[in-house]
Amino acid sequence: MVKLYIPLDMAAVAMGADKLAAAVAQEAAARGETVEIVRNGSRGMLWLEPLIEVETPAGRVGYGPAKVKDVASLFDAGFLRGGAHLLNIGIVDEHPWMKKQNRVTFVRCGVIDPLSVAEYEAHEGFKGLKRAFEIGPVAVVEEVTKSGLRGRGGAGFPTGIKWKTVADCPPGQKYVVVNADEGDSGTFADRMIMEGDPLSLIEGMLICGYAVGASKGYVYLRSEYPIVAKVFQAAIEKALEAGWLGKNIKGSGFDFDVELRIGAGAYVCGEETSLLESLEGKRGIVRAKPPLPAHVGLFGKPTVINNVLSMATIPMIMEKGAKHYADLGVGRSRGTMPLQIAGNVKYGGLFETDFGIPLGVVVNEIGGGTRSGRPVRAVQVGGPLGAYVPVSLFDLPIDYEAFAAKDSLIGHGGLVVFDDTVDMAWMARFGMEFCAIESCGKCTPCRLGSTRGVETIDKIRNGMDVDANIELLKDLCHTMKFGSLCALGGFAPYPVESALRHFPEDFRKPALEAAE
Amino acid sequence: MRNVQAEREEMSGAAQYSDERAREIIAAHMGLEGPAMPILHALQKEFGYVPDAAVKEMAEALNISRAEMHGVVTFYHDFHRAPHGRHTLKICRAESCQSMGAERQARAFLDKLKLDWGGTTPDGALSVEAVYCLGLCAHSPSALYDGEPIGRVDAEILDEIAAEARD
Repeated sequence: MVKLYIPLDMAAVAMGADKLAAAVAQEAAARGETVEIVRNGSRGMLWLEPLIEVETPAGRVGYGPAKVKDVASLFDAGFLRGGAHLLNIGIVDEHPWMKKQNRVTFVRCGVIDPLSVAEYEAHEGFKGLKRAFEIGPVAVVEEVTKSGLRGRGGAGFPTGIKWKTVADCPPGQKYVVVNADEGDSGTFADRMIMEGDPLSLIEGMLICGYAVGASKGYVYLRSEYPIVAKVFQAAIEKALEAGWLGKNIKGSGFDFDVELRIGAGAYVCGEETSLLESLEGKRGIVRAKPPLPAHVGLFGKPTVINNVLSMATIPMIMEKGAKHYADLGVGRSRGTMPLQIAGNVKYGGLFETDFGIPLGVVVNEIGGGTRSGRPVRAVQVGGPLGAYVPVSLFDLPIDYEAFAAKDSLIGHGGLVVFDDTVDMAWMARFGMEFCAIESCGKCTPCRLGSTRGVETIDKIRNGMDVDANIELLKDLCHTMKFGSLCALGGFAPYPVESALRHFPEDFRKPALEAAE
Repeated sequence: MRNVQAEREEMSGAAQYSDERAREIIAAHMGLEGPAMPILHALQKEFGYVPDAAVKEMAEALNISRAEMHGVVTFYHDFHRAPHGRHTLKICRAESCQSMGAERQARAFLDKLKLDWGGTTPDGALSVEAVYCLGLCAHSPSALYDGEPIGRVDAEILDEIAAEARD
């Protein structure tokens, strides 16, 4: 019996993993080989997907990217015993891409069967929760605070402070809500962890519920992730069967349930108050803060709302202690960041590393430069609301404060690489258009500003009163930044302003052409 | 004009709308906290879209005004107010896919089908929608065809989908 791993990860499936798994099973049967195919999460080396891993005495040997047409030759090459083949990448754990990382949040992702509670436990799973039960709720909140963990959704707000606020509210109905509305282009870390290690998220929610005194948790997942919905729902059922959810969990006296809810294609629902409105069954309109969700959250009750990555990192912090996590990183950016390298890039994937690594190293050395082979011109960091960073700023370290100092943000850790064919004025226009499409409509700067932004950029691109319109656009960006109710309108100017600042020539192309 | 709506409903494999069935679906979710979104998803799954009559039933069951219910349905991009194509192709046009030329490619495909974003081919076979990120950004351009993810989408793949949808 040979154990094989072929990912169920959506990116692997998008590159043919389901068909590959079926073809491998069929070929094995035809050749009289007994194989067990585990559908794991992705290791994050997405350019190698679908990646088949074969368990051998020396370790797990990888073959990728494997297509159905490669199956026969893989068997011929004796891949079930780790045989040589053009697609053989060697022992997966020894691959330079894996060796250079510090996997903390993603330590189990791609390694274990995502739906096996036994494997999760064998890989340190539920140890964090057990320790939480030992030290008690107050100490758990302290531990999370001391770890320095900041919200990985984008805002970077200290997680421990959120938890303490909810824990300090009088006992009664409280909620734990996980924001899995990962809509930023260039990001897929939430998707990957929920497909590859869903129990870590469930464990994080359990620890949170225990710490703040909540018995119910909701996960709000975007509808664009159908595979996550299936895997995570199955994980909830497995956890229930194993007694890790429900009443009196493992004799602790603590009750907790998790429910999965699916969004309906509204980007703004990734904003926490809009998400809460949507969960309540209303339009996803942003709420004014205060009151904070920690005081008046879901159905008016005190609510912790955390991003998937923040929550999935909690078990490890509880297991190994706050200091272990806080010792990683730089300045006020503690721990690790799962970076997502995407767009026009040769080696795209998920790379988890301590904060502080320079942007240029990530793009050029780890990502291998552009897929097109042309020079890199810009990298958009932090999704559609993030700034376009030029190559001249490539020594910028991945660090919340260092990015903020350059009017940029790390956000959810997504990097989208563009080559020198990109038209930055068009990308700026798209940034405004996206904001116009997704604006919830509650506040004027965002609702009207985004549409006026599109119109103004169109004028600039058409060479109409370019100087005056650029001034107008800058003024509009200022108004949106400081007058919008939430980060959608408030951050939409970042891509626009950064494009104007770093790539001014792209806004003067028609004018130049007209002058010629 | 022969009722195009009824024709599309027949072809899409979705169930024919009835108030009774809508009420059953709504009732099945009334035990949930904040049941509106799960109900809307269930209605759309059953009928292929969210009919006005179902919105009325929902408003009554949830004890809110029809205007309020209408506001919820129309807020979300996913909910359709009219029958959709038998197949749905969602093409990503977010930044990562644009970095790999998705916008131009999608435009050419839409022009070929004489559609705009959100449009359905006249035979009701295929609806083409824009989507803003599928989380497949290391395999841009990407798309989702009837829920099946596709990476490294090119013109050939798009043409195959259009042909298959019309089969």
